[in-house]
Amino acid sequence: MVYTVAGLVPTPRALRPGAGANPVPELPSARTAVRVSLLIGWLAVDAFAAVDFARQIEPLLRKNCQGCHGARLQTGGLRLDHGESALAGGYSGKVIVPGQSGESKLADLISATKSARNPKGLRMPPAGAGLSATEIASVKAWIDEGAQWPASATPVMTVPRPQLRHWAFQPLHKPPVPAVKSGVPRNSVDNFIHARLEQEGIAPSPEAGKITLLRRVTLDLTGLPPTLEEVDRFVADTRPDAYRTVVERLLRSPHYGEKWARHWLDLARYADSDGHENDRVRPHAWRYRQWVIDALNRDMGFDEFTIAQIAGDLLPRSGEAFVGTGFHRNTLVNREAGTSLEQVRFEQILDRTNTVATVWLGLGFGCAQCHDHKYDPITQKDYFRLFAFFNSTANVDLDAPLPGELGPYLRSRATYENKRRALLNDYRIAERQKEWERRLLEAKANPGKWTDWDHHYSRVTLWVDNGETILVTPPTERLPQQAEELTAFFIAQYGEVTSKKEYDDLKFKELAGKLNQLNEAFPALSRAQAIRQDPVPRRSHVYLRGEADAPGIEVEPGFPSFLTSGEQGKNANRLALAQWLVSKENPLTARVFVNRIWQEYFGRGLVRTAEDFGTQGEKPSHPELLDWLAARLIDSGWSMKELHRTIVTSATYRQASTSRPELETRDPENRLLARQSRLRLPAELIRDTALAASGLLDPAVGGRSVRPFQPSGAIIYNTALAWKESEGRDRYRRGLYVHLQRSLPYPQLINFDAPDSKMAMCSRTRSNTPLQALNLLNDPVFFEAAQALAARTLMESGGVGFADRMEYAFRLCLARKPTGRESERLLTAYQQQRELFRTDPAATKAAPAVAPGQVDPAEAAAWTGIASVLLNLDEFITRE
Amino acid sequence: MIQHPLLASRRRFLNQTMGGIGAIALAELMASEGRAADSVALEPRQPHLPARAKNVILLFMAGAPSQMDLFYPKPGLQKLHGQPLPQSLTRDLKLAFLKPNATVMGSPRIFQRHGQSGMYFSDYLPRMATIADDISFVHSMVTDVVNHTPGQSLMMTGSPIAGRPTIGAWCVYGLGSESKNLPGFVVLSAGRGTVNGAENWSSGFLPSTYRGVEFRSSGDPILFLSNPAGISRELQRTRLDAIRDLNQERVAATGDHEIEARIASYEMAFRMQASAPELLDFSKETAKVKESYGVDNESTRAFGTNCLLARRMVERGVRFVMLTHSNWDDHSNLNANLKKNCAATDQPVAALVKDLKQQGLLDSTLVVWGGEFGRTSLAEIRRPDQPETAGRDHHPDGFTIWMAGGGIKPGLQVGQTDDLALHVVADPVHMHDLQATILHCLGLDHRRLTYKYQGRQFRLTDVGGNVVTRLLV
Repeated sequence: MVYTVAGLVPTPRALRPGAGANPVPELPSARTAVRVSLLIGWLAVDAFAAVDFARQIEPLLRKNCQGCHGARLQTGGLRLDHGESALAGGYSGKVIVPGQSGESKLADLISATKSARNPKGLRMPPAGAGLSATEIASVKAWIDEGAQWPASATPVMTVPRPQLRHWAFQPLHKPPVPAVKSGVPRNSVDNFIHARLEQEGIAPSPEAGKITLLRRVTLDLTGLPPTLEEVDRFVADTRPDAYRTVVERLLRSPHYGEKWARHWLDLARYADSDGHENDRVRPHAWRYRQWVIDALNRDMGFDEFTIAQIAGDLLPRSGEAFVGTGFHRNTLVNREAGTSLEQVRFEQILDRTNTVATVWLGLGFGCAQCHDHKYDPITQKDYFRLFAFFNSTANVDLDAPLPGELGPYLRSRATYENKRRALLNDYRIAERQKEWERRLLEAKANPGKWTDWDHHYSRVTLWVDNGETILVTPPTERLPQQAEELTAFFIAQYGEVTSKKEYDDLKFKELAGKLNQLNEAFPALSRAQAIRQDPVPRRSHVYLRGEADAPGIEVEPGFPSFLTSGEQGKNANRLALAQWLVSKENPLTARVFVNRIWQEYFGRGLVRTAEDFGTQGEKPSHPELLDWLAARLIDSGWSMKELHRTIVTSATYRQASTSRPELETRDPENRLLARQSRLRLPAELIRDTALAASGLLDPAVGGRSVRPFQPSGAIIYNTALAWKESEGRDRYRRGLYVHLQRSLPYPQLINFDAPDSKMAMCSRTRSNTPLQALNLLNDPVFFEAAQALAARTLMESGGVGFADRMEYAFRLCLARKPTGRESERLLTAYQQQRELFRTDPAATKAAPAVAPGQVDPAEAAAWTGIASVLLNLDEFITRE
Repeated sequence: MIQHPLLASRRRFLNQTMGGIGAIALAELMASEGRAADSVALEPRQPHLPARAKNVILLFMAGAPSQMDLFYPKPGLQKLHGQPLPQSLTRDLKLAFLKPNATVMGSPRIFQRHGQSGMYFSDYLPRMATIADDISFVHSMVTDVVNHTPGQSLMMTGSPIAGRPTIGAWCVYGLGSESKNLPGFVVLSAGRGTVNGAENWSSGFLPSTYRGVEFRSSGDPILFLSNPAGISRELQRTRLDAIRDLNQERVAATGDHEIEARIASYEMAFRMQASAPELLDFSKETAKVKESYGVDNESTRAFGTNCLLARRMVERGVRFVMLTHSNWDDHSNLNANLKKNCAATDQPVAALVKDLKQQGLLDSTLVVWGGEFGRTSLAEIRRPDQPETAGRDHHPDGFTIWMAGGGIKPGLQVGQTDDLALHVVADPVHMHDLQATILHCLGLDHRRLTYKYQGRQFRLTDVGGNVVTRLLV
């Protein structure tokens, strides 16, 4: 039933333009349209009493709608308190089509009518009684009458968002360094910390003992324990700058880059595989890791480091910077057959948007993917404006030769290519592949006709990056790498669409083997995963509910509106985004970054919520220090090494970590930093220190990922992913280089809280579980380390007595000497084990393989036991 | 053991603030300290609401079993067998591989009603049919995605995008663990794994304490459970005593009582080394019980062993046991594969429910059987010349799962799909609703079981979920 507004008299539908399905069956010409609108105007004015906006509509909007769509909130980008904005619509587009209530989303929503505009038949307002039938009719009639919105009805006014005053969004100024009366500041960091402690009437802790300090700073800067020579040298060095000398040495060590690269890789959600069903290995992912290590070791400024990763491909003289864009390639990729290509692409762009926001802005943009952020001033439009920067990118793998690779490659290339061509000719690949491609394209044109080929088409386009495009590119115009990938897929997978007999007769498996041999026999160039800009930019939208198939209004790239004034960043490209991130206009990047570094040295950041600098995050414990560090980072040309130097040379850092009972109730979390903290080492460092102490470590820097031993028996889906153990020295490389297969993470790393690399990890937890105990006690890798440490002790310690040997092993693990009580306890343990081993023939299995002939097997085995005890001590896996 | 005042006060706090506040407070404590000592993180906690179930056994049939060939006969399909459907009906279907012109496939299975409740089971499930009155079906399951990885991810974590904590991790986070010798969340897999691998038992951004511990198919059931070669249990004890004493020395030297948590972890590891073999030792089970699970039968051995293990774990206080059976993804050879999968699981599953009931454990154990989605009524024919190889595609808009035990009213059939099994026509139950219901049975309010990460309170049910009250006792 349709009612007129005045008098509620039922009106024949036909008479009411705009009501019902579609009042204008077709719009053959503009002239007709004009006539129709004239007609509407006439009807509105003359035939029916016009709806009184101020009396009938505005109160209704105020009561039902403006709470969420008004001056304070504009949910879905829509405001219904102001004519121009209301008619402009929200993120989904227009909601009012003047003259056509049947085409107006607003009418559908208030009446819970299912339509293309309201596919789920949702009702607005979502809670409460909603609009009465009369009110709905009024609104429809008002729309049909042209949706006249008197300009005077409401002034435009937006309630300023209080979140804009949030501390983290304020411009960054370098605060003055406070004076302190007590304490011994070594640099300005201490002035800030001591000033606060003075207020509280707490004295800072004294400096840690020399050995503790050396082990701490060596682990913190390089991730490896100090050698005995380094310990002795430092202890003997009584010059006032002895510690500074050590710091400079450590900052120059190539292991510095390894240690701090790992922290960055957590943020970059680095992995060596795609994740998801196929979890395909990414053979080139390591090249990005290598780039990070090199960049840190060269002390590339954090600004340059940022620009290379966000937009290295767009730099005029890119050099190696494009390798940095591998940052964006660490997203998960689903290559499960049957998945929509657009969905796969869309999810990668979402992930890049979220990750960049988390890493550089310290803000959880993810919420705004589906709706305006509830607490932070991030609108859904802001989200998709950021998204738009990444939307026009494609994944590419490019040659990224390391020094020394290019010469041999170029010299042998012609021979290689001739051989390869000959091989392919032998198996008539060119003509067969041509026919295969023809069938694929035919299947694509006739979906459902050949279901096996439909499936095959889905697989090839998901498996080969940009496969859909490559298939329609003439073979002569394909990039060599693309052509190679497609051919490889054809050879390996053609069996899926042909009979087993035919596939066997073609001998493609044999060919694949020969091609593999050929590839291995010739020098290749290292390659890198990168991104490049699409030649034709894609359009971006606000995607409703964050869904790829629900585009709303179109948006242009732009910086977050709450951090910029006006239209800054409009139509800019990724390079401009990168430059803005490290510009003076953006107050977040430097603060967020220094806080992350600080957190690794003290266990938690000055802002405890390292991942959230928004209004729901915690306020900084020392806001001026945070700003001072951030401003100083910028002043130093964004030098990361200088930031590390500043922190580790401070008295605050150098304090003892011994707990202070008098502070346990006053400052239980040590936020005032009246002492250092004991911190359990990150997963990789636990491996590294065990290998280093035992002498097994291969200290080589950089290179491909390795697969150390792990027991078989893991539950796996794809047998092709079965772990193939590396050989030789590769088994003893640092944890940073352990191959990270997302569906099958290396157990020791996961046990000790290494991220599984699905999304950016801003701070690791430090859990403490029995699985960790089992890992250190029984994992063959750690037991081998215990045996090696035992062997090393027996052979290298120089002494023959228990005490000398034990002290040697103890110092290798903990740098310090044992106390009397500790020596006694270890001696008892040694004797007990020796006795047990003497009566146990299995003992020899525990003995180190390389024990010199003179040592009794039970004795040698007991040394393995002692070594294992040391490698399991809490202190061993802790930085004190 | 010396009681650290902080640790003690945390405990007191948790005990005082019952229920949800406890869980939330725990999360905040962990976040604030950046560490999660197991002794606290796994301490049993009171739920938000009165709980019916204490434990969950999730029988995860990975790959998506076919509802219309197992539990939900659709005679309508027989009539249209071999014919395409009008476009008006297929337009809205989410399909992974099929195109809308595919033809209908009637089920060749024979269905009969069973039990007082008159539930349908196909002839491939003769044993499950005997527990008809102990279980309740949901025939109207819906999920949002049509591919396996996002589907499994949504089922386990509430989000189609990988990276969030899984349901087992949420449960242990919410309730702690009753077992001092075994992990709180255990994963058992018969044969092949699942497409999501370890993502299906990940703790996501929760501390790794809550991660599922996978019982491995060969070697040590728990990784690194056995002592290294040459180390007897006595020697292990000697090592552990020395580690304990030296760690204790360090407590004295540094005043860091967190070291005591590590000592406790080592002790639990040692106990686990003893209790895990005991768990795996079936010698005290009667021959009748073992036979009922089919542990000595070739086809049922793998899954039957896991089902019996699941019962033994629940007895020993393991909070959440996930059994995966892979792979039900029958795009082709549906009949042959289904027969094989049913033969491997039908008897063990029925035995598990009966055994739990007999042992008085079913009331406190929630059993859930299901996959990440269902299968289409349309045929997938990859080899037209071999019609017997036909299969079915993925179907997220109406499929079947069942629940039994703790908190679930038995003998119910919730929801309906239309005659062509295309869409839900009554009482849709979204994956988030299922998750909310599982948590509810454990006494956890899915809206209150949250963890703050990257500035947002996350929960298993994302932004959805309604408890299916019709299913509840």
